[in-house]
Amino acid sequence: MSTFLGMPATRAGRGPSPDAAPGTLGGVGRPEDPLHWGATFPHAAKAALANEQLRRNLGNATSTIRSKRARVVGEVPDWEALRDAGSAIKTDVMARLPELLEALERNVTARGGVVHWARDAAEANRIVAGIVREKQADEVVKVKSMATQEIGLNEALAEEGIAAVETDLAELIVQLADDMPSHILVPAIHRNRTEIRDIFLERMADAPPDLTDVPHELAMAARAHLRRKFLSAKVAISGANFAVADSGTLAVVESEGNGRMCLTLPETLITVMGIEKLVPTYRDLEVFLQLLPRSSTGERMNPYTSLWTGVTPGDGPQEFHLVLLDNGRTKVLADEAGRSALHCIRCSACLNVCPVYERVGGHAYGSVYPGPIGAILTPQLTGEKSDLPYASTLCGACYQVCPVKIDIPSILVELRAREVELAGSSPDAADRVWKAAMKAASYAMADGARFRRAARLPRALRAISRHGVIRRLPFPGSLWTRSRDLMEPPRQTFRDWWAEREDDR
Amino acid sequence: MRIALAATCIADAMFPQAPKAVVTLLERLGHEVVFPAAQACCGQMHVNTGYLAEAVPVVRNHVRTFAPVADGEWDAVVVPSGSCTGSIRHQQKMVLERAGLSSEARTATAVSARTYELSELLVDVLGVTDVGAWFPHRVTYHPTCHSLRMLGVGDKPERLLRAVEGLELLPLEQAEGCCGFGGTFSLKNADTSAAMLDDKVADVVGTGAEVLTAGDWSCLMHIGGGLSRGGTGVRPMHLAEILASTREAPVHPGDRQEVAR
Amino acid sequence: MSDARTEILSRIRTALGSSTPEPGTVSTAVPREYRSLGDHAPGAAEVLDLLVDRLEDYKARVHRVTAADLPALLARLLAEVPASSVVVPAGVEGAWLGALADVEVRTDSREAPLSATELDGIDAVVTAARVAVAETGTIVLDGEPDQGRRAVSLVPDVHVCVVRTDQVVQTVPEAVRLLDADPGRPQTWISGPSATSDIELDRVEGVHGPRTLHVALVS
Ligand code: SF4
Repeated sequence: MSTFLGMPATRAGRGPSPDAAPGTLGGVGRPEDPLHWGATFPHAAKAALANEQLRRNLGNATSTIRSKRARVVGEVPDWEALRDAGSAIKTDVMARLPELLEALERNVTARGGVVHWARDAAEANRIVAGIVREKQADEVVKVKSMATQEIGLNEALAEEGIAAVETDLAELIVQLADDMPSHILVPAIHRNRTEIRDIFLERMADAPPDLTDVPHELAMAARAHLRRKFLSAKVAISGANFAVADSGTLAVVESEGNGRMCLTLPETLITVMGIEKLVPTYRDLEVFLQLLPRSSTGERMNPYTSLWTGVTPGDGPQEFHLVLLDNGRTKVLADEAGRSALHCIRCSACLNVCPVYERVGGHAYGSVYPGPIGAILTPQLTGEKSDLPYASTLCGACYQVCPVKIDIPSILVELRAREVELAGSSPDAADRVWKAAMKAASYAMADGARFRRAARLPRALRAISRHGVIRRLPFPGSLWTRSRDLMEPPRQTFRDWWAEREDDR
Repeated sequence: MRIALAATCIADAMFPQAPKAVVTLLERLGHEVVFPAAQACCGQMHVNTGYLAEAVPVVRNHVRTFAPVADGEWDAVVVPSGSCTGSIRHQQKMVLERAGLSSEARTATAVSARTYELSELLVDVLGVTDVGAWFPHRVTYHPTCHSLRMLGVGDKPERLLRAVEGLELLPLEQAEGCCGFGGTFSLKNADTSAAMLDDKVADVVGTGAEVLTAGDWSCLMHIGGGLSRGGTGVRPMHLAEILASTREAPVHPGDRQEVAR
Repeated sequence: MSDARTEILSRIRTALGSSTPEPGTVSTAVPREYRSLGDHAPGAAEVLDLLVDRLEDYKARVHRVTAADLPALLARLLAEVPASSVVVPAGVEGAWLGALADVEVRTDSREAPLSATELDGIDAVVTAARVAVAETGTIVLDGEPDQGRRAVSLVPDVHVCVVRTDQVVQTVPEAVRLLDADPGRPQTWISGPSATSDIELDRVEGVHGPRTLHVALVS
């Protein structure tokens, strides 16, 4: 499965690494499985690290957004209280999920909406394609949505002869370049203005030929390109940031107005939403509408938030479909330790502060969910063996900024434990070597007398040290000495020194 | 006070100068230091790599060794490492509970309640910031991730450093950024780790300091290895080593611990 | 094989196991220690100053006027565009537009809506608002007759929004609690003109929504 369309897999079940991807504009192509593509994390990361342009783009963008976030969060005197409330509301939602979903369904239906349930990506795509076909539309406009990225909706619609037009500026850039998003909020964060200009000039037929790389001009070119599509579209597809169980209200938070266009002008609106995006009451929005914008774009409030409840006669779409998506979420829910990954409101603050993400970018994670949240969510959604839980130093920066207080480092540790279990039956030599080393270390480190002997072993390395350091070790020590020296081990361990001192007394 | 020292496995085997400095410092401040010889390791490496079953005997040994602090035999346990203190405080109980060892999990909680990272012990428990140290050098301080975010030691280490006579404390750019060590991360994701290290090394060099200090030799081993590879001449030293230095018994940057034999 | 709805709900119940509470019980006490009220009453001078500051920070243009001066202000703003046509929701007070000269005024309502293409040919829109939040520089429209259908305040390139000073609250919770009386109304929360940060995370004002937002703050 999970190989690039029409391309042979290079590693067990995985496609080529991002740097080896097709497309003159450097896009990575559209993978068959949006939750599992590209090379393994360490390989993909290595390729990304070698791309100087990418590192500069990411470094600039993440440091900009980090300082914006810090500034507007610092303005809020009750920020921690809001985080506590947000976290508790989400815990409550998970505990009462069946009841709340039923309430949402009841309230949406009562207001003239139609609710659909989809067990997996294929079922969701079938439902959406069916509705679009029924409306006899061959083009739909889309608001940026992680859920539809996750299920590969655009590709599924294309197979049915339906063109899905991404209307968010960054999504449009990604779509035009035949690329994949590399960030939850700013999918084209890996591109700088010059690259974006080139993409527009090559792939957007109505782009002005004298287009410069001034961001304002680029935004105006996108405005002109999409204007006619908004005015004539019959069907729009969106995701949802929040759904209120007790009123049936849905919320989309955005900046450009493309969301408002899609949610307002077409006759038919289809919203695809993960089953976890609920809040119990309308009042709970007072918490999340404070947490989300400041955490994501670093604004006090995003320019536009749209809230709608079913169908309002004479105002906006007169036909509304809500698709409730499982696609692995119930698997995540089943794991008590990892369940809180479903609390995520997709603000992307954890990506922006992550020192690993900042250097390797989103594509290395091989999933539409990159960064710290992707490292815990992706393997839980797929249930497959994954190297993503190791793609972190456990530095804790993500946990510190997460507006709903997801303890990502602790979940990473839990998932590593699961990887170790999965590796128990693995024929992979590396897995077996790790296991043997850890077992041996466990034996040596579980007893003072045994450790006393073990602690003296590094001393042997003094034979190859020069000027107090060791510059080269054989594998696997070479993984260390390739980039850093190892300080020469001491002649005497601490405990031997202590014992000697005690004897002297 | 009677203070039990948890030396940490890495410092015991590789960087004995740090626990030795803790002994020197605490004795100078008039406290008694004991080193329970049954100790080995807190289990952090196993836990953070996902080997929870293999962590159990390691954690049990730590908890048993330091259980007397819960009974009042010692007043506190001191650990010259933010990440080991973090593991003791936030992981040991979980490991034992998962293994069904609920009474030992309770002991672990009691032990961890009296376990302190060095700067916490000095500032919060012993109530000192000026420990009477003398270290006439330019120093920059890297707040390690776990001491900063898991323990929340805040500016305690800097307060201790500012009180050191002769010491010039130079601010580090992007101080709170991770150095890229992450235990086995440095091996499993060696390239990413090295990229993070490069940035940290550049920031350290940019301060113009002679000495880089931190509260954890694991991070220092990493950054120090990079500083050495880059031929920068900046020396890594544990916070305890600086605080142990006095006019009477000065510690020089770059001195190894080869005092005995 | 059961249908998707039954199966998903049963998967959830299995996943939650014995921890599923009885319907209707709140399983987790939600701490709500955050501020639910501002330091100042709605419409207080501090609140108004804050709103103006926040709106201007995000490049909205704010004009403080008395009710008597509003028609003249609207006439001036529309002349500045320059607008040859303006659309207003049917419930907007007729007096607001009393000073217009040479501007075609179109009226829109749920019962007699203009098409999107018609709206695209109109230069500006004037609406009222339901509530404004000072701390975030936000104005909320809830689709009532003086605020109009959502399309009306979206398609024309210039939006002039008339906010009464007594509609301005300090905090988000104060606004949400007001709107909670009718959560089913279609709402649009507007904080400045449309913008994007998609290019190098640099904020650029003016994309698909109105590129110019005027707020007339009427006392
Ligand atoms: S995990 Fe937390 S910080 Fe990361 S995207 Fe989700 S809500 Fe935001």
